[in-house]
Amino acid sequence: MTQRILSLHFDNTDSHLLATYEREGGYRIFRKALQMQPEAVVEEVKKSGLRGRGGAGFPAGVKWGFIPKDTKRPIYLCINADESEPGTFKDRYIMERDPHMLLEGILITCWAIKSSDCYIYIRGEYESTRKVLQAAVDEAYEAGYLGADVTGSGWRCDVTIHKGAGAYICGEETGLLESLEGKKGYPRIKPPFPAVVGLFQCPTIINNVETIASVPWILEHGGDAYAAIGVGKSTGTKLFCMSGHIQRPGVYEAPLGIPFREMLHDYAGGMRRADRPLKAVIPGGSSVPVLTAAEAMEAKLDYESLAELGTMLGSAGVIVIEEGTCMVWALATLTRFYADESCGQCTPCREGTGWVNDIIWRIEKGGATADEFAMVQNLTDNMTGTTICPLADACVMPVKSFLKKFGHEFEEHLQHGGCPQTQPVG
Amino acid sequence: MSDSTSTRAGLSDAALAELEKLGKRYPTREALLLPALWMVQQEHGWISQESMLYLAELLDVSPVRVYGVVSFYHMFHDRPPGRYNIQVCHTLSCSLRGAEAILSRLQERLGIGHHEVTADGRFMVTRVECLGACEHAPVCQINEDFEFDLTPEKLEAKLEQLP
Ligand SMILES: Cc1cc2nc3c(=O)[nH]c(=O)nc-3n(C[C@H](O)[C@H](O)[C@H](O)COP(=O)(O)O)c2cc1C
Ligand code: SF4
Ligand code: FES
Repeated sequence: MTQRILSLHFDNTDSHLLATYEREGGYRIFRKALQMQPEAVVEEVKKSGLRGRGGAGFPAGVKWGFIPKDTKRPIYLCINADESEPGTFKDRYIMERDPHMLLEGILITCWAIKSSDCYIYIRGEYESTRKVLQAAVDEAYEAGYLGADVTGSGWRCDVTIHKGAGAYICGEETGLLESLEGKKGYPRIKPPFPAVVGLFQCPTIINNVETIASVPWILEHGGDAYAAIGVGKSTGTKLFCMSGHIQRPGVYEAPLGIPFREMLHDYAGGMRRADRPLKAVIPGGSSVPVLTAAEAMEAKLDYESLAELGTMLGSAGVIVIEEGTCMVWALATLTRFYADESCGQCTPCREGTGWVNDIIWRIEKGGATADEFAMVQNLTDNMTGTTICPLADACVMPVKSFLKKFGHEFEEHLQHGGCPQTQPVG
Repeated sequence: MSDSTSTRAGLSDAALAELEKLGKRYPTREALLLPALWMVQQEHGWISQESMLYLAELLDVSPVRVYGVVSFYHMFHDRPPGRYNIQVCHTLSCSLRGAEAILSRLQERLGIGHHEVTADGRFMVTRVECLGACEHAPVCQINEDFEFDLTPEKLEAKLEQLP
């Protein structure tokens, strides 16, 4: 049976409206949570094993526990709706098709972490999504689920949508905080961690949209029921973003641990062309190491299985690449992304992403020397572990894995003086 | 969009009222900078130096800081964009499905490169990174609206239809 938690209402008519959500029992679980001790809510989420869906996979309940117990300062909840990791488009579905599920998750989470102020940081490009979400927030205020006296309980909870303006780095949680404060999205040096010193210098929890949207189900069915789905420490279901050379690109919900083979054939309809078999898969958004077809066909899509294969689940943005695709060119489109999006604070990242991108493009187009190719290795070695945030590593991971697994294509390019392939891509 | 009370660089009374209301949600004035910049861009189409000075004063932030923020974010325009800003995604999922063909057709048709505006001020073409809609690759946005599952022909037909 396919388990649907997050996408249950995606295909229903008017699924974004409060009336529809309430008819399906919406906000009932929040009322139940309000009767619980906040600590008990946190415990339930800990028990579920729910891990952050933004990329890092950190257990949500554990993170919530990091807020200093005795703090006198306001506590903030920030929802990361920046969704800028290439290959990722799941949060858009949640916000457009079930925004009240997210808002109910926010209410429960605010209650659990003793916060009364939530900001949803949404990427600027999602303007039509923002409008749907804002309408849902307005409806929730109107109905008394948000505001100074939530459902007559005397408890205040405000939700404010904050619109980004086009910068991948604002998806990094401390870049997000800086941006919310009205500054450039420069990531902060950690520690201190946001749970202790975050937004406006106050304790702050940052979670991805999908993470928080999973919370109502967990409270309704119990942490144990959630933990029973999936495999091992990869509990629950996940929205997989399938894109690239497949028949049916889209968002598909499945329990963690689902074999890639099944996701490709049964959900995404297989490869788009019968004459072009699978060549490679990037399983977790563009920032994770690439898998060869052979590796991918044996892979299971969960945190631990993918770690064993030397890659990551990340945001579960699964990019599928067919035979015939030039891997030098594919990598070049990725290094361009990181070079464009480096915030420029750290020299190894700013210079490194620029140089690597320049060399990879010249390998593709012609004009790079073997020495320069060798330099890529050196450059990437110097980019890891030396920067404020993980963007530099996010660039290095695809680069190193492409070189390792498809190195012969780079050699061929060098010998040929550019890409031997003449047909246009796509 | 801009009503009669809006100055050449500043915000209309309606926008100002909305901004002040929003201000209750934030403990600092500076946090209103992004929302205020969006409002300026909404009302004027772009963000001029004058507007930046205006906002610096309004929010009690140094002008250098406002300028820094405007230049940091890709979506803020510090010069007038074309009437239609065609933002074509060229990241991997879109490239795998033909983004480059879209871009070269656009370039041919309009005779402009990345971030350039046609002489009549009608079109601007911008190469952008993943728009978070890769299931519909290749995609672009014309101003705020997505165009999905593009082909060069489909995009050309769309351009013909624009008012
Ligand atoms: C460069 C970079 C970009 C990121 N972009 C996003 C993003 O767009 N959305 C997101 O939820 N998390 C993103 N993250 C992860 C966040 O920093 C953070 O781990 C996450 O929001 C925490 O929420 P979670 O625990 O619920 O996943 C990014 C991280 C890095 C280093
Ligand atoms: S690693 Fe790169 S993106 Fe991250 S803070 Fe440093 S320069 Fe900015
Ligand atoms: S790669 Fe173009 S929308 Fe994601």
